[in-house]
Amino acid sequence: MSGADLLAILRGAGVTVSLSFAGILIGAPVGLLLAIVRWADVPIAARVVALYVSILRATPLVTLLLLLFFALPNIGIAIDPISAAILALVMNTAAFNCEVWRASLMNFPRDQYEAAQSVGMNALLRFRRIVLPQIVRVSLPGLVNEMSLLIKVTPVLAVVGVVDITRAAVRIGAETYDPLPPFLVAIALYAPIVFALVSLQRWIERRQVRMEAAA
Amino acid sequence: MIHDFGIVWGERSLLLSGLANTTILSLLSAVAALLIGFILTPALMSKRPWLAWIVRSFVDGMRCVPFLLFAYIVYYGLPSLGLRLDNWTSGLVALTIYNAAYMAEILRGAWAAQPREPIEAGVAFGFSSLALFRRIVLPPLLLAAGPVIGNQMIQIVKDSAFLTIIALPELTHAAASIQSRHYVPFAAFITAVFLYWGLCLVIEAAVTTIDRMAASRR
Repeated sequence: MSGADLLAILRGAGVTVSLSFAGILIGAPVGLLLAIVRWADVPIAARVVALYVSILRATPLVTLLLLLFFALPNIGIAIDPISAAILALVMNTAAFNCEVWRASLMNFPRDQYEAAQSVGMNALLRFRRIVLPQIVRVSLPGLVNEMSLLIKVTPVLAVVGVVDITRAAVRIGAETYDPLPPFLVAIALYAPIVFALVSLQRWIERRQVRMEAAA
Repeated sequence: MIHDFGIVWGERSLLLSGLANTTILSLLSAVAALLIGFILTPALMSKRPWLAWIVRSFVDGMRCVPFLLFAYIVYYGLPSLGLRLDNWTSGLVALTIYNAAYMAEILRGAWAAQPREPIEAGVAFGFSSLALFRRIVLPPLLLAAGPVIGNQMIQIVKDSAFLTIIALPELTHAAASIQSRHYVPFAAFITAVFLYWGLCLVIEAAVTTIDRMAASRR
């Protein structure tokens, strides 16, 4: 393995991190939107969301990615590997985030909501000022947990030709006939990212427990 | 579109053998991972610091590594160390070892939450440690950890799809080969998605049944 190979894997790390970020940044609000649809029990739409979440949570990311990458061009929507990767990540993580958001919406104290109603806040204001700030805090550990899961499935994106850490490592392994060193470098890149997120989750949980104890 | 699904139906034996491979692979590795988890869990809680430290690093290490990369290492990396496994064996080994770490952590959590009294009473009644484990510790532990173990089994089913990259003929691999042979991507992959969904619904139903049994025993 040469210095250029190492650089190629590092460039792959940039791709892995940016795709994960894109997935998280789009997936979290989409998940919230889906959760609100279920929470507000919008007729028909709530059922559709429930079905979507159930199916997507059971679908492996590889299968979803291959479906999007090969079937969308078939119905006339041209899609490049990067867009297919982001779309698959968002579809997948939104389903899981929806459940995290929904759990905290379900546990939201009803009396606060009614108090906001009684002082004449409209629905949008109630949601923005009263509900959202509190459910963000409650959902945070679950969302961070979902982020670490998301990063752990990103190597799949290499299957459709996205040159991330994994694909760079596989290519170098094939060129040098010695796959172990590039794979170990790849692990040395993934592990700290995931570990940082897991630590962040534990830190948030501990801080919230302490704040509740203080309150 | 209907025609595409007709083609997939024509290839149903390939798809079903993929489904069978996915099911067998997931089931075998879930059972094996659970058994290894049962060996690792007491070590995680061991009073000997060096033992607890070794197992803890293994468990935390596995939880920080993407499964696909781990499967690559077992399949492509181990041969450079002189250990060559065929794709079925490496898939099974990778899936088992990886998930054993998760199972150990799940069992440790459930174990720590168990009440101390029945175990102490068992000790007082003179149970040997094996009988104590089998009769007193294990049953409530499995019932308490049931739903989380079920979730992990769904995760195993989904992880098994990654093994398509080492050409293991599981469900996604079967769908991919149907698509490449007949160019029916939507029909082939959506059928696979629904088969995965069915598999997960079966696991969820099993967990609910066990849960209800646990509730009625309480």
